[in-house]
Amino acid sequence: MFACIFVPNFPVAAVFRAEPELRARSLAIFEGKPPLEKVFAVNDVAGRVGIVSGMTKAQAELCSELTLRPRSFLQESAAHAALLDCAQSFSPRVESAAADTAILDLAGMESLFGAPPEIAHELFRCAASLGLDVNVAVASNPDAAVLVARGFPGVTVIPSGKEAECLGPLPIKVLFADQPGEQPSDNEKKGKEKKSDQKKEAGRLLETLERWGVRDLRALAALPEVALSERLGQEGLRLQELAQGAASRTLMPVEAPAVFEETIELEFPIVLLEPLAFLLNRLLEQICARLAARALSTQELRLTLELQNLAGVDPQLETFGIPSESDTAHSAIESPTQHFVSGRQAKFCRILRLPLPMLDAKLFLKLLQLDLNAHPPGAPIVKIHLVAEAARPRSAQGGLFLPPSPEPEKLELTLARIAGLVGEARVGSVELLDTHRAEGFRLRRFVPRIVQESHAQKSSEPEKEKSAVAALRMFRSPLRATVILENGELTRVSCTKKKEVQGSVLWKAGPWRSSGDWWEREAWARDEWDIALQNADGVVLYRLVHDLLGGGWFVEGTYD
Amino acid sequence: MSSAVVPTSAAQGRPFVFEVEEVAELCSQSSQAELFGEGRPPQRVVPVSFPGVFKDSRLAGITPASRLAIRPTPEMVSSGIAEMDAFTGGLPRGCLTEICGSPSSGRTTLLLSALAAATRRGECCAVVDASDTLDPQSVVAAGIELDRLLWVRCGEDSTRKNSTARKTSFSPEKKRFFKSDLHDSEHSLEQLLRATDLLLESGGFGLIALDLGDLPPQTARRIPLTTWFRFRRAVEHTPTVLLAVERQSIAGSCSSLLIKLESQEHGRQQLTNYQSWPSHAQLLTELEITAELVCSRMDRKPAGSAGITFASKTAWAG
Repeated sequence: MFACIFVPNFPVAAVFRAEPELRARSLAIFEGKPPLEKVFAVNDVAGRVGIVSGMTKAQAELCSELTLRPRSFLQESAAHAALLDCAQSFSPRVESAAADTAILDLAGMESLFGAPPEIAHELFRCAASLGLDVNVAVASNPDAAVLVARGFPGVTVIPSGKEAECLGPLPIKVLFADQPGEQPSDNEKKGKEKKSDQKKEAGRLLETLERWGVRDLRALAALPEVALSERLGQEGLRLQELAQGAASRTLMPVEAPAVFEETIELEFPIVLLEPLAFLLNRLLEQICARLAARALSTQELRLTLELQNLAGVDPQLETFGIPSESDTAHSAIESPTQHFVSGRQAKFCRILRLPLPMLDAKLFLKLLQLDLNAHPPGAPIVKIHLVAEAARPRSAQGGLFLPPSPEPEKLELTLARIAGLVGEARVGSVELLDTHRAEGFRLRRFVPRIVQESHAQKSSEPEKEKSAVAALRMFRSPLRATVILENGELTRVSCTKKKEVQGSVLWKAGPWRSSGDWWEREAWARDEWDIALQNADGVVLYRLVHDLLGGGWFVEGTYD
Repeated sequence: MSSAVVPTSAAQGRPFVFEVEEVAELCSQSSQAELFGEGRPPQRVVPVSFPGVFKDSRLAGITPASRLAIRPTPEMVSSGIAEMDAFTGGLPRGCLTEICGSPSSGRTTLLLSALAAATRRGECCAVVDASDTLDPQSVVAAGIELDRLLWVRCGEDSTRKNSTARKTSFSPEKKRFFKSDLHDSEHSLEQLLRATDLLLESGGFGLIALDLGDLPPQTARRIPLTTWFRFRRAVEHTPTVLLAVERQSIAGSCSSLLIKLESQEHGRQQLTNYQSWPSHAQLLTELEITAELVCSRMDRKPAGSAGITFASKTAWAG
């Protein structure tokens, strides 16, 4: 058995998927270069008020209630990808018959999903969850399934052997249904010419059949085979086979690429982050639904915002980080924030990298919101493009005796919030650098290591006695100190910045000399002293540093 | 057998309300003259729920929580210092523990030891550092597993501070005010409290340490008691140890354990004895620390109980 998922009025369905609030309104999609734009597709509501395909945009605009949208190939390709994702979540053998049609081989699926009617209903529900209103048909051969899906709305299941009977009432036009065009490219120019020839040929055949009085598939199926062959040739026989539901062919399965991207082109530019969050939420939900349908997660999200032309950008906004063309060439390589300037359109790019594969639209939205709050785009947004890099979902075996550890999703959100509070570079885990220089460390992303059961068992064993290590508390930045020397010996230390760090030197150890990086511009050389000062709090131990290159004295920290 | 009486109005809403006949029976059993005095008419009284008072067999086994001989105690975990564990029993999970003391009293040593012990157990830990004082070299020397320690450095970094200073155009008086240390520490304190809230809300950490050790006491005391109550409630019934390092105790009754540390007097004398030695012949090898258990709400130890002394060695002393 084969199932076919067909999206009626595909360009309109692609827009509805991106903007569900338009479903109740009259919508027309136009294409072409201004001022010669023409209406390309309309929904039923628009059709009822007299809008038809082929009208000019100016004519359509006379209808005040009509919503006009330009044709978006990105939205259509996203809708097609969603269609394939839906099909692939049921069967690995999926053929992409057209942009609006996917065919599945259901052989062996019964044990997983039940009988064909159940599978058809599940397919319908799955497509609806991905934002697509589809027709689903199940038949014994792929072509019959396609014709039924194109001819009958909703879910239709044809029992084996009753194809001709079920296909009979369908109009003859269903055999010559136009397929929605795809985005043209240079490689496809020749193909496009070939397609136009095929279209002309199909038009000629349809005209001939209509002239004969053949209006439906039942009439075509009843024509004598030899006579039809004599008049229409092999194409006529092929069409008759299709009308009888007896055509048989091998499915040409495709492997849907793991590309998960969604786009919204905005009619009016967005200035505030709040309305942007609504649109991002929609895109993220769509992407997450698609990922979930393919049993995948994501570890990287790339958000690209197309900004309004730079000529209109407020000079104050420009300082937020829309650099000139020459600047972008250098800054866009490593930095997570990227700006591209193409012509007069600027693109603002943010990359959200996650430590582990995750699949939570709300979490992603919050992380993107926090990130955009910290790094605002700096100009009105006219287009949003979101790409998710697919990754295998993480699998972790929990254990009853494992120590507590934060949930990765919650932790990521918490870290993002804290980073928004204290700064991105001021939260994380410590990594020591291979240097003896003071402050020879950096902070890296906090990703707690997953504890293994064996480690947990080991840690539950009694620990060996280990003496405590005296710790140093650093003063950042070091306190400049005034030091009184008598006969070359430290006798008194005082700091103007911190009044409590002053007093006579009770005890001292040092100097301990160190130096390094003399081959670089930032060379350092210093003498360290451990000193005990008598002050109001009692005896306090400090680390005193004499900068041999700069010549100053600094109190670097206190032993505590 | 102990018995007590309270007016009916005080007992309203409680589950232990007796029928009139039972009350009369009880009152007749106890010496009425003793209760109400001679010549006064008998009043309607209801006994409170003490064991043995109730005749009703259904209530016989009920004991007020305040009278429980053994109260559920929180799980204690090692602080990483054997002497301290023997003294306090460790650090309680799901409770707030305060470590207070003056500079060089060993607060950070105890904090790092507790963190090291927690990371060795495989737990994730977080240090919310109000004054950005944590020394990574000391962290490594203490044996803390770095990839299990989250460090939140409060306060404004120098680059951000400069950019903020450039953008703002305050009057000279205001500039002086904003540049003051007090303002900086208040800003850090605000960050610390919000970061702690977020970490507690996130959950899953074995130990969360608030380092308020270098904040001026007048700033640290500005943390409202309600905030500490909130922290205590957030950490209650979780396996998290909430540790606050500070100069003086500021959490009041919210802390379950209050440990006061001091550098030992003996150490000071020792330093004075070595004063005559040349500085290059001396080496800081250890700090002697005295710990005093000021308050423990787990086992109702008396305040000001006896202290202990332990030494912390410097990293180079081995």
